[in-house]
Amino acid sequence: MTVTTHEANVLGEDPFETANLLDPYPFLGRLRDAGAVSYLESTGSYAVAGYQEVYEVLTDFETYISSGGLGPRDIRKDSGWRPPSILESDPPIHTVMRRALTGVINPSTVRALREPFTPPAAELTEQLAQRKTFDAITDLAEKYPLRVFPDAVGIPDVGREHLLPYGNMVFNAFGPENYIFKQAFAQGDEHAAAVMRNCQRENLDDTGFGAQIWKRVEDGLITEQQATLLVRALLSAGVDTTIFGIGNTLSVLARYPEAWAQLRENPKMAKFAVDEALRLESPFQKFHRTVAVDTVLGGVHLPAGAKVLVFLGAANRDPRKWGENADDFDLNRNASGHVAFGMGLHQCVGQPIARLEMEIVLQQLLERVAAIEPDGAPVPILHNVLRGFESLPVRITAA
Amino acid sequence: MSASAGATIDAVVDQVDVVADQVVSLVLRRTDGRQFQPWQPGAHIDVHVGDGLVRQYSLCSSPEELDHLRIGVLHVPDSRGGSKAVHALLAGTPLTISEPRNNFPMRESRRYLFLAGGIGITPLIPMLEAAHAAGKEWTLVYGGRSRNTMAFAQQLEDRYGPERIRIIAEDEVGRLDLDQILGMPRAHMLVYACGPGGLLGAVEERCMGWPPGALHTERFVASTLGAAAANAPFEVELARTGTTVTVPNDKTILEAVEEVGVRVLSSCRGGLCGTCETQIISGEPEHRDAVLSEEDREAGEVMLVCVSRAAAGCPRLVLDL
Repeated sequence: MTVTTHEANVLGEDPFETANLLDPYPFLGRLRDAGAVSYLESTGSYAVAGYQEVYEVLTDFETYISSGGLGPRDIRKDSGWRPPSILESDPPIHTVMRRALTGVINPSTVRALREPFTPPAAELTEQLAQRKTFDAITDLAEKYPLRVFPDAVGIPDVGREHLLPYGNMVFNAFGPENYIFKQAFAQGDEHAAAVMRNCQRENLDDTGFGAQIWKRVEDGLITEQQATLLVRALLSAGVDTTIFGIGNTLSVLARYPEAWAQLRENPKMAKFAVDEALRLESPFQKFHRTVAVDTVLGGVHLPAGAKVLVFLGAANRDPRKWGENADDFDLNRNASGHVAFGMGLHQCVGQPIARLEMEIVLQQLLERVAAIEPDGAPVPILHNVLRGFESLPVRITAA
Repeated sequence: MSASAGATIDAVVDQVDVVADQVVSLVLRRTDGRQFQPWQPGAHIDVHVGDGLVRQYSLCSSPEELDHLRIGVLHVPDSRGGSKAVHALLAGTPLTISEPRNNFPMRESRRYLFLAGGIGITPLIPMLEAAHAAGKEWTLVYGGRSRNTMAFAQQLEDRYGPERIRIIAEDEVGRLDLDQILGMPRAHMLVYACGPGGLLGAVEERCMGWPPGALHTERFVASTLGAAAANAPFEVELARTGTTVTVPNDKTILEAVEEVGVRVLSSCRGGLCGTCETQIISGEPEHRDAVLSEEDREAGEVMLVCVSRAAAGCPRLVLDL
């Protein structure tokens, strides 16, 4: 069989340009319409934005590898700014690390967190319900994960202030080394050193996920360095994304009062609301993969070594997958299959924790807040790959 | 249409062959001479072995040939009598069975790795045939104590060749090296494993390094259940919704609940991802998932409604839905 190929459509637009970062969806629509696979002059990488192609790149982890790094540079040739994480590895190295992590974070271990995770959410939302207005980001979304997640990992109180700046570095490095990247890395060494210190066995408590990961070193499954890197992965991937997930969910629900009312009637639907909001406003919008061997995707020949920029947030709004109302929030939509947590081999291990945090916050808020609406324009955050808000002023009616 | 629960078929044992040490293969035909209903690889039948005992055995014949069914049965000396009763059957004996049912369906993929421990080879045999006919990339790794205990090993090797069929006899080369077999996940490869619980536990642990949903297993639950009417219908009361639904034998709780308009968050719908985990208020589940730990199963507080059902003798589950 011969496969006919055509050239990728060349796009002059830059996805990392400020306007496209602050409001990504118009550009993502144009990118999807340009064809299955485009070539971005600005980054020198190929781009996929349709659900089908994104799904193929994510699931074919032999052709589209991770060890080249999630940024635009190939870290195999040009070593990265830190030792490669689980996200930046391929089987078989990835396999033992993933085994260790999945053994520690799974439905059983996460279920046990509902109890300790609930009171802080109740307390925070109780305070906010006393007010007429608040900022859903700075007063809630940023506060809650920092209250519960570092305890679940078991890190000391000292050094927690470095978690957000460190997460900001890690994720911004999946984009080009622009001014956003440089700003994130301004005090980079200090943040990285502080977070690495908290990944060491002696600095972790005896019961958290961190200690359980280190236990797998005793079992001989992973090395001490891998244990350190896995705890680092939890700390870097587990905070920002959840903050953005909570913020994005509330940004959507503030615009859909009838959905809020429906949720008040049936708070059990909170997890569906979260799922649909993650589809519509995916916190992790995009990252790169590296082509391992010459291949053809969507009729376009991709040479070995090429970088492919994978637009998760665009796949999650592809009308061919989600219908003509793909850009709308629909509480009754079945959003399963969205790629907000990735898909396949590298799919987010912390997904059940993130979902739990988001569901608990929303349920606690629903209990105390009869109605929520925007109180001024939300301020989107300027970030290379994450989608979220710096500020989301809301006005509420207490229940 | 699938058979209603408890519907039985009068069959006759047409042929009995000793296919390995302690393993017999039975060929069954319908007494009325008709064909069996179409079935897919991974299916099993209930066999009424007498004294009210019902056992489930995987089909190892070809779904292309519906004039007969073949099962392979290992004689387990310390079992509760099912395998002993089957081993006592002679050609010409009448036997009550069910139509084929499938708790271990084979999903579409580009590549397959089949992994059998001992008599766990049986449900995989029709899968190999299907994968081969469809031109898929596949291999079978088949472990057992020694070649003479490994049913169908020689036939499979003869039919598909040693490139595809890897026979690992413990007395020759040692036990299955799971770190080697499962240490390098492949893209678009599904793993189908069947064998004793210890083997499957070790396989599950290693497949934690594979893409979620890559592993599909069948445990020998049926053999420990006693007279389980495996897919009997039962009732599920939805405590929050305030309704009760009947789950027929050919539907999952998830499907039955969704049909009455109650939503349950689900993803893989195959007992692999844990998304549809639901709290049990009362009743006893039969867990068929690959997610819950042994402690979870013992505690019986949650279940995965996409695959698990009510336990035998539990006509009603009350769920937090």
